[in-house]
Amino acid sequence: MAVRILFAAVAAFPIVFMMVSSLKPDQQIFGDMSSVAAFLPIGNISLDNYAAVFDRVPAARFLINSIGISAVTVVLGIFINSLCAFALSRMEVRGKRVVFTAILATLIVPFQTLALPLVWWVNQLPYFELNGFSLEISKGWLDTYQVQIIPFIANAFSIYLFHQYFESIPKELDEAARIDGAGWFTIYRRVVMPLAGPATATVAILTFLPAWNSYLWPLMVVQSEELRPVMIGIQYFFQLNVSWGEVMAYASLITIPVVVLFIAFQRSFINSIASSGVKG
Amino acid sequence: MTTTQLPPTGRRLADPTPALPPRKPRRRRRNLREQISGWGMIAPAAVLLLAFVFLPAILGFGLAFTNARLVSPRPVEFVGTDNFARLFADPTFWRSLLNVSYFAVVVVPVQSGIALAMALLINKKFRGVNFFRTIYFLPVVTSMVVVSLLWMFMYRKDGLINEMLSAASFGLINGPDWLNDPATAMPAIIALSIWQAAGFHMIIWLAGLQSISGELYEAAQLDGASRWHQFRYVTWPGLKHTRTLVLVTITIQALGLFDQVSVMTQGGPLDSTTTIIYEAVRSGFKQQETSYASAISLVFFVLVLLISAVQRYLSREKD
Repeated sequence: MAVRILFAAVAAFPIVFMMVSSLKPDQQIFGDMSSVAAFLPIGNISLDNYAAVFDRVPAARFLINSIGISAVTVVLGIFINSLCAFALSRMEVRGKRVVFTAILATLIVPFQTLALPLVWWVNQLPYFELNGFSLEISKGWLDTYQVQIIPFIANAFSIYLFHQYFESIPKELDEAARIDGAGWFTIYRRVVMPLAGPATATVAILTFLPAWNSYLWPLMVVQSEELRPVMIGIQYFFQLNVSWGEVMAYASLITIPVVVLFIAFQRSFINSIASSGVKG
Repeated sequence: MTTTQLPPTGRRLADPTPALPPRKPRRRRRNLREQISGWGMIAPAAVLLLAFVFLPAILGFGLAFTNARLVSPRPVEFVGTDNFARLFADPTFWRSLLNVSYFAVVVVPVQSGIALAMALLINKKFRGVNFFRTIYFLPVVTSMVVVSLLWMFMYRKDGLINEMLSAASFGLINGPDWLNDPATAMPAIIALSIWQAAGFHMIIWLAGLQSISGELYEAAQLDGASRWHQFRYVTWPGLKHTRTLVLVTITIQALGLFDQVSVMTQGGPLDSTTTIIYEAVRSGFKQQETSYASAISLVFFVLVLLISAVQRYLSREKD
């Protein structure tokens, strides 16, 4: 048990330090560091740092952007990937084996390899914009919301997870529904998806975490402040003479939503990580 | 998630007399509709994967042999292997390769070992097992960018790490300025990387541990095997597949080191923490040299393929 507690202490101390420090003025953070007070919310405790963060950076804007981008990516990702997996798993589509193999082949390409050619590529893509009543076409997706969403909707691993799960749902259910005159989309929506809760949760979590945490990609493709996600906000704190209390407040602010989700859906989080293990 | 393969009896159920000639046209029409709706369902994901994975991958391969820039008035020209010649003559590239190798050589055994230890600690049911699992996993749900920022603060000369070292040694140890010293910057990044990611691999080990049958342990106990012998002769062989998996994923993650370096050191001091991906981003994004960055990405991809091929081969040998 002592070893377990030691490991827990090592795992938790930086996060406790971060959250506790976010409540203290700078002077006290440094004063407390040499004692156990560094990990205790004692002394001059206030939410001043949080208030200052909202003054220094457009934190509310960043949070709204990240929530929007992650939510849209998760919802569209679940829909499009499960739909694809449904057809590949339960319908007799000619050539589906080739398609499935090609989809799985994309798993060997790490995103870091794609990132730089992809920047060049999205900069060549056409961009349609409705301006009043005229449709305007311009070149380049850089500096938009869609460049942060659309490339990450389709995901081979999500398709694989849905496919595996759909294979475990008896196909007699489809046939029964077909005898009742249901179309394929109805079977997908009314029969298969309601039974695929665990797979949906896994895919939702595995899509949400990288969307919320994305850093490399928005760093390269988003310049406008009003389009930036939370992780890029960290750059505002790289200047000299920054207040560390404020840095810790911002870091806590963008971490707490994920920690709350994790604690609420612990079992699903653990299961999704365990299933992501088969990816190797 | 178990996969139950059912025989495709459904079709015959719905259409009990497929041999009869008059039914045939109807069946064909139904099949055509199945084809159309099937492809309609596959298409959105397939098109997106084509546009944002296949094409950029092929483009990256092609661009590496051109002079393409992110924004340039000049047309893209084929330049042969110029980018690779320049890359292999660049000492910063070799330094970045050395740095990620150093990172991987330390992180792979240490992180997988610590993760396995954590998995063993919470494998058996006991009061509070959920609490410990949650705490061990907490760093994983914290983004690497936040973790890097937090540890940057802790690694200061007057930061938490040095204060703790000093307190633990009664003032004897006077810690270095971790991230500004070429000798300590990489070890500092290694430590925080292991801290952040060990919980992830703990879960993968745990899934492997739980797939080992309890009967094997009972049999070993009946034979009077010590706890070490149980680990050595039951657990360790039982984890063979998990082992390969953990090694491959940690190695590939290690080679792709970027976030920590980008937030904490920008490759410094004196290139002691620069990495392959950091160099690719520096040339492709900051200097807008897409072609040169694509060449670096291609080298990275070949490395990743090589490593997974070697590890797969080695783990197959022992079968």
